Order: sequence, then structure tokens, then C-alpha cells
Amino acid sequence: MTDRATVERRVLGVLRWIVIGVLVVVTVFPFLYMLLLSVRPIDEVLQNPGRIWAGPGEWTLRTYREVLTPVGDGGQGFLRFLGNSAMVSIAATLLTLLVSIPGAYAVSRLRFVGRRQVHFLFLAVYLFPSILLAIPLFVLFTRLGLRGSLAGLTIVYIAQTVPVSIYMLRNYLSTIPESLEEAAAMDGYSRLQTLRKVVLPLAAPAVMANALYVFMIAWNEFLFALLFLVENRSNWTVSLGLAQLSGGIEVSKTVLMAGSVVLTLPIVVLFFAAERLLTEGLTAGADKG
Amino acid sequence: MVATREPEAARAASGPSKRPLTRRQRENRAGLAYLSPTLIVVLVVVVLPILWTVMLAFQRIRLINVRRVGVFGQYTLANLELVLTSPGFWTSVWTTLVYTIGATFFSIAFGLVAALALRGRFRGRTLVRASVLLPYVAPVVAVTFVWEVLLSPQFGAVNNWGVRFLGWDRPIAFLSQREYSMSLFGWHVDLPLALLTVIAFEAWRYFPFAFLFLLARLQAVPRDLEEAAVVDGAAPTQVFRHILLPQLGAVIALLTVLRFIMTFNKFDDVYLLTGGGAGTEVVSVRVYEFLTARFDIGAAGAQALVLAAGLIVLLAIYLRFLAPRVEEEER
Repeated sequence: MTDRATVERRVLGVLRWIVIGVLVVVTVFPFLYMLLLSVRPIDEVLQNPGRIWAGPGEWTLRTYREVLTPVGDGGQGFLRFLGNSAMVSIAATLLTLLVSIPGAYAVSRLRFVGRRQVHFLFLAVYLFPSILLAIPLFVLFTRLGLRGSLAGLTIVYIAQTVPVSIYMLRNYLSTIPESLEEAAAMDGYSRLQTLRKVVLPLAAPAVMANALYVFMIAWNEFLFALLFLVENRSNWTVSLGLAQLSGGIEVSKTVLMAGSVVLTLPIVVLFFAAERLLTEGLTAGADKG
Repeated sequence: MVATREPEAARAASGPSKRPLTRRQRENRAGLAYLSPTLIVVLVVVVLPILWTVMLAFQRIRLINVRRVGVFGQYTLANLELVLTSPGFWTSVWTTLVYTIGATFFSIAFGLVAALALRGRFRGRTLVRASVLLPYVAPVVAVTFVWEVLLSPQFGAVNNWGVRFLGWDRPIAFLSQREYSMSLFGWHVDLPLALLTVIAFEAWRYFPFAFLFLLARLQAVPRDLEEAAVVDGAAPTQVFRHILLPQLGAVIALLTVLRFIMTFNKFDDVYLLTGGGAGTEVVSVRVYEFLTARFDIGAAGAQALVLAAGLIVLLAIYLRFLAPRVEEEER
């Protein structure tokens, strides 16, 4: 009789590969399906929905042309939505960093009145239901005439991402030895100069990871875009455009799949380019317990 | 840190200063100054609006008369009463709970399985690990759309295969069918089909989140502990049960709270998949309906408050039981 440890090791050794295989299929397949459906002609898909693979000979790029060209030229105008999404996301990222870098520095380095309470505030903001926030902001922005404008949306994104951003940066900043800053102070640097010339260069990887993370949140966001922009088609983001058009039946599914690819691709490219940076930034502190 | 603190405190305490600011005071000012942009943004866009929601929830307000609303309006409990007694409210609370518990449990369970499977090294692990994270990082609108098409009874691949290879009688409307009668060994069960599909989606989308945290923690477990157990002849399941699981306990608890709260508040996923139909109306989707379809701001606010009240209870539990431990370790 073989002992339990050997049997288990053998069974789990096989099981492990099965699990890995299933994981890859389950996570990658929907994206592959998206990509393959986006290049097939719609009537062919409707006739034969179970067929996934089609040879390159049958591929068509007409779907992409339709989804990207402006509405005036008979397309769906996603190029414009891409521009809107990019503008909002980049603006939100830059402004969030501008606000959160000094904030994170203060929280990690400086002792000031109310430092403990600030932590609680951030945690509350991070965990509070955004639908609760949606109501007053909806009313407020209607009043101020900011509804329908991309600037209003950007402000909301900043408020939503700053707390997380500060939390992530703080974890990194606290690993930078304080003696470096003391040395800088000896050399006559002011606090702001120290932050800019000593701390910031050292924290560059964390700042980059943070920027990508904020960008992704802003790019993927849906609820506030829906609430604020829905009446103004020319200001739609890609997410909102896709959601609005996929509800109807006028636009064919393959064209919308092309829209999904256009929406997903920037995020996937960014993610694979900076995977290590991001996963480490996201779980920083998790291994402490 | 500790060494510098004492003389500073002494300096700060020594008399009210007409002298130049002490280092401690300067630090205090700088801290507040550096944090002020953050505080302003959070205060204006988050805290004040939340307080305003509380006020709105206790007034009779629709979007038409919202211009006339002020702090000193007519306060009333009518909204709360209306919401708590309205048809469908308690059903939606129940749906939210089932949805949240199901999604939290399965996302963490799958995350744990994935973390254990991808723990050891093998060729291509980095690539596999990155692709496992795809559902989590991809835009929610795109992935819900793909699921919708995949599961569609008319042109979805899943139903096509089900009918062709698995012998289904007819296509199943996963996202728009409230109940699915199944007979299993002579038992007839009514499955809440659409709700289960939404839970499955949520587990699929968020297991990578649990996976990330669990993997990070697993890799921090000291190797020699495990090796010693293996030398003593422990089987892998025993190693897991007695060595790995105790180390993972705190992370799993943290994940449970985080995922529970996040799913509890979730709006996008359910709204995009089913629009809240077919027995999947969670509270946040209901709030949205009240807000945009009926323009009944007061009732929407009251419902959001009920949601928030549930959340505050959860946060209190979190702070009471989990946060102190984390802070102790940080010190």
C-alpha cells in the first residue's frame, strides 16, 4: 500500500494542470470570442452561432470601419467616444496624482492634528456605495448645469480615486528611508523641494502603477457616465456608447463586438505592459496580514 | 522615530510660543496644507453630497421641484415609510443578500483554488497569471456584453453547443428567465436562473481579485515551515489544512469583508446584464430606477440610505474585529 502523501501528491499533480487549463480557458475564451466575432460578417454568425473559429479568408474589417466612423457618415462614432474617454481618463489621472502625491506624503511622513481620522474618512469613501453619491451629484450637477459635461465627470472620478491612490502611495512612501529626507534638509532643501527632487524620483514606480490604476478605473467607469452624459451623445464615453447601443437592435452584434474590442484593447495592452508593476502595487501590504 | 519624538514633544509643550514656530507646529501646518487639496475634493464631492442625500431622503422631492429645496425644507418620514412598505422592496433586499453572499463566497473560493494551482513555478506562469487577471481589469461594459452574446438564446455559442452536444431540449434564456425547473433524481427544483447567472458572472469577474491577494500571501509563507512538514511525511492536504490555511486566515477574512461590501453596493454588473429584471433587482438598481425613471429623488434617497445603513453595520463589524489587528501589526 502506498502512503497517503504519495497518492495525494500524484492526484493533485494531475489536478493542478487541469485547474490551470480550465482557468486559462475560462478567463481567456470570452476575450477570444469577442475578438473573433468582431471580424466575422453578421449573417454568417446568425446562421452558425456555434462556430467560433473562422479562417482569415472570411475575416472582415467592415465592422471596425462602421463602429469608428462618425454618425454623420453612417457609422457609430466610436472614434469620438474614444477621444472623450481618453480625455476624461488622462485628465482624471493627472489631477488625481497632483492631489494625492502631497496628500500621501503628508499621511505617511508628517504628524498633524486629525491624521488618524483622515484614515477613517478615506476608508469610508472607498467603501461607500457610489449609487448613494449618485443621487445628490445628479441633482447638484443638474442645478449647476454641469450635467452632460466631461469636466463634471472628471471631478467625480478624481474624488472617487484619490483615497485609493493615497492609500497605495502611502504604503510605498513609508518604505523610503527617512534619513534621505533629513540629508536633503541638511542641504537646505525646503519640504516641497525635498518632495519633488528626492521623494518623487524614488517613488516613480509606485507613481506609475498608481497612474495606470487610476486611468483604468476612469476608463472602465460606467455608472456616473450613464447618469451625467446619457442625454448628450457627442460627449459619451466608449463604455457608455457601447452600453447604450447594445440595448437596442439597430446596430448589429458584430459591429458592437468591434466596439468592445476598441474599448478593451487599450486596457489590456496597458495591463500586459505593466503587469508586474500593477499587481505589486495593488497587493502592497496584503502580505503583512 | 521614537528617539526624536520625546524632545520634540517637550519643545512643543514648553510654553506658548511668541517665538518662531516649533518644528512640531511647522510639521502640523505642512501636513494639513499638503492634505488640503484632497480634503477639499473629498469634502465637496463626497461628504457634503452624502449629507445632502440624508436631507433629501426626508423631504418630498421630485426633480421638478428640486430647485426650491433647501436645508430648511419640510422634513417628513413619508419617503422612508413609502420605501419600506412599497411592493418589491424587501424582495430586493433579499435578492441583494443572496447575490452578495453567493458572489463573495464563490469569488474567494475560486480565487483560492487558482492561487494554489498557480503557486509553484512552471514555464509560462507569468503569462497564465496575467491572463487570469483579465476579467478583473477589463471594462465591465465590454465583458457583460460578451457574456450577453455568449448566453443569448438566439445567437449565443453556449446555447448552440448545449443543444448540439449536451442534448438540451431548447435554448435556455440564462439572463431573462426567472425560474428554471429542473428535475434531479425525481426531485423538482426551481432554480432562480437569472440570479444564479449573475452570481456566476460576479464570481468570474472578481475571483482574480481574491487570487491576487491570496497568491501574494501564499508566497510570503516561510518555505522551511512547509518543508519540515513534508519531511515529516505530511500529505499535501494536511500541509494545506495545518500550515497554509492558518496563514491565510487573516487575508480571507479581509477579502470576505471587502468583497461583501463591494458586491453589496454593486450596480453596474446587474444593471448591464439583466437591467434588474427576472428576479435580479438588487437595491442599487432599484435606487437607479427611482432616480431616473420616476425622478423621485426623495424615495431614491431613502432607499440609498437603507443600503448605507446596512453598510455602516458591516463597516462597524469590520473596524471592530479586523482593523485593530491590522494596525497592531503595522506598529
